[in-house]
Parts: sequence; C-alpha cells; structure tokens
Amino acid sequence: MNSIFSIHTIRFIALVFVQVLILNHINFLGYINPYIYILFIALFPVKNNRVVLIMLSFLLGITIDMFSDTGGIHAGASVFIAYIRPLILKSSFGMIYEHQSIKFNTVDFGSKLTYFTLLTVLHHFVLFSLEIFSISKIIFIFQKTLFSSIFTIIISIAVTIIFTRKSK
Amino acid sequence: MQQIINFIIRNKNFLLFLLLFGFSLLFTIQSHSYHKSKFINSANFLTGGVYNSINNVSSYFNLKSQNQLLSEENKQLRSLLLNNGINADSIFVDSLMFGKSYRFYTSNIIKNSYSLSNNVLTLNKGKTDSIKQDFGVISSKGIIGIIDKTSNNYSTVISILNTTSSISALLKNTNHLGSLIWDGDSSEFTQLTDIPKIAPVKIGDTIITSGQSSIFPKGIPIGVVTEFKLDQAENYYEINLKLFNDMTSVEHVYIIENVNKEEIKNLLSNN
Repeated sequence: MNSIFSIHTIRFIALVFVQVLILNHINFLGYINPYIYILFIALFPVKNNRVVLIMLSFLLGITIDMFSDTGGIHAGASVFIAYIRPLILKSSFGMIYEHQSIKFNTVDFGSKLTYFTLLTVLHHFVLFSLEIFSISKIIFIFQKTLFSSIFTIIISIAVTIIFTRKSK
Repeated sequence: MQQIINFIIRNKNFLLFLLLFGFSLLFTIQSHSYHKSKFINSANFLTGGVYNSINNVSSYFNLKSQNQLLSEENKQLRSLLLNNGINADSIFVDSLMFGKSYRFYTSNIIKNSYSLSNNVLTLNKGKTDSIKQDFGVISSKGIIGIIDKTSNNYSTVISILNTTSSISALLKNTNHLGSLIWDGDSSEFTQLTDIPKIAPVKIGDTIITSGQSSIFPKGIPIGVVTEFKLDQAENYYEINLKLFNDMTSVEHVYIIENVNKEEIKNLLSNN
C-alpha cells in the first residue's frame, strides 16, 4: 500500500514538472502542445475510490493552472475526465472492467489506444472550450482539440511503453 | 432528513464533481475578466521560485541574442545623449524624455507565454521592489503589457497578447486615438480598433501608446500598420498591426511607474 502511494506521489510531481517546464513551451506550429499530465488520471488504479481520484484530479489541474496562469481550465477538464472515467473504461475494455481486474501493463494495445484516445479527446475538448470560451470560435476549438490530441496520444503511448516494466 | 442524507451519500461522486467543476468554472471566468481578485496565479512563492531557478539556467541559452538587443539599445541611448536630446523621428524609448513623472525599474521575464488566448507572463520583481498593480511593462523595442498580481518577490503581467487586455494607442502621424486589442490568432500581430474613418491611415504607419491611460507615457512604440479595412458599420477602421517586439523571445524588460497617477485618479473621480 505504501509503495503504491509513493509511486503515485512521484508520478504526480514528475508529470507536473515535465508538463510546466518542458511541454508547455513546445508550441509546435504556433499553438500545439501535448498535455500528458492526464496520464496520472488515466493510469490511476481502477479499484481505488472514485472520490479520491476526483479530488486528486482537481489538485493536479489546479497546480498546472497555477503554473501557467490559466484560471481553472486544466482543473475543470481534469475533474471532468476523472468523473466519467468509469464510463470510458467500460466502453473501451468491456468485460475485463466488469471483473475489476484491469492491469494497464497487460491489456492489449488496441483497447488501450481506444481508452487513451477517448480520454484525451474529451479532456482537450473541455480544456480548449474553457480556454477560448466563445461559441463563435467553435471551429478553432475543434482544430486545437484535434491537433493537440494527436500529439498527446502519441507521446502518452510512447511514455507508457518506455516506462512499463516487463513482467515475466 | 434521512432521505436527504441518503441522497447525498448515493450521489456523492456526482456532487463532488459538480462542486469541483463549479470551482474551476469560477476561476476560469474570473481569469477572463480584468483584474478580478483570484489566487490561482504564478506570482506565488512556489511557482515563482520554480520558474526563477529554472530561468537561472535557461537564460544562458539566449544570452547572445539578448546581449545584442541590450547593446543595440545602449547604442541608441548613447547617440541620443551625445546629440544632446535632439530627437530624430525614429522610434524612441528614452527615460529622459518623460521628465520626472515616470519612474523606471528593470526586471527579467521568468515565464514567457504567447500561445494561449489569454497570455500572462511572470516577472522576478514584486512588492519588495515596490511594484504594484497597473504599472506598465515595456522592453527596449516596445510595449509588453500591464502588471496584474504581485507577491513579495514576483509579479504577473497581462501581456498585450491577451484577449482581455485593451490599451489606448494612437496613430503617430495624426494623433487619432484607438484601442489596442488582440484576436488570439498570431503572436506577431495585434489589432487596433476605434480609429475613425476620417483618419488617413496608410500601410507602414507607426502606432504608439497614447499616454491617456496614466499607465504608459506617450510615445512607447507598439507596431506598424500592415493591413486595414472599415468595420461592418463602416464608421471605424479595423487595423492589423505588426508588433515591433518579438513576443516569443523577450527577456529584459522595464517596469514603468507613473508618479502622478494618484493625482490624476483623484482629479478624475472628483468630477
């Protein structure tokens, strides 16, 4: 229990620092940035309490917001995906989720990709809607969501592959 | 009573979600309105400290280009000094020009931002250096923004690349007054509105600050006109202008305090 706690604390801090110090300054083609801190929410243990996850997502989001002076947009988007995560888990993993036995290292690649994609696109859509905050620029919101999502998905898949311990 | 408690326990996830989402929405809306009090900003001890220590390292990477900018500015100031204040009609940024009513502080940008739709910068000067809200921030090439929040050692700046900022500006040739806004698109261009149709706007005209807002002195350069057209009602011009500053690589900035600001404010509020 203690080691799980410390792993998630380290992951939280590491993701915040990587996000605010490196990834927020990429600005590929002017405005495209990956937001991989949502990996913390994606890889949070399924069995744990949902209340804890929602609270931690808020904390994560508000920390990112504090660093990047963006009001509450990251907090809002993070809390949103943390709340609807069970729905996404169910739709992308199906039966395995019902049995409460998901281990993110062992699930097959296809359903993992679906899971990350759904989570990322929803997160980015809420994020950019809150950031731009105007219906008249809906095309720009979709455009930003699309490009940043592609970037985020590629990097988060890469990160999970690199940091997975081979269990034999 | 029992039923209410049961309802809360049954829907505790949803209620928690609503509460926290409501908080985030509140912070977001606050950040969209000008100078509303908010405590989620990067001028606090933690984030300021982190950015400052990172900036200590990363400032070495563009040392050369920043040095060149500073030496260019030195050259400009020195030539003004030697020519005894004869002011050619080029761009001028000179503390001597503004008499005694403006006080200058130097500072460094420790967090730059230009890709969001509401960009906020962080500076490494704060209350202990007597920086307060609504001081102007400029660089050697032109205008940067206005101080928003200050902590003891750090302060945040609402950049001109922020869709909520609006700064009064004028056409240098004809003194027609307009307001400078940003549409959120490109970090190289901003927009100038409310210039009346009667004004003779030309491509290449210089836009400077008006000095009417008691934040910036008159004559801080902003940019040049690259494109203009009449708005829908055909009464005012919508002007696209290219900034003199490269907002993606600014580091050394000056903070301007208007010493007479209180007096001006009192005078205006008496009317």
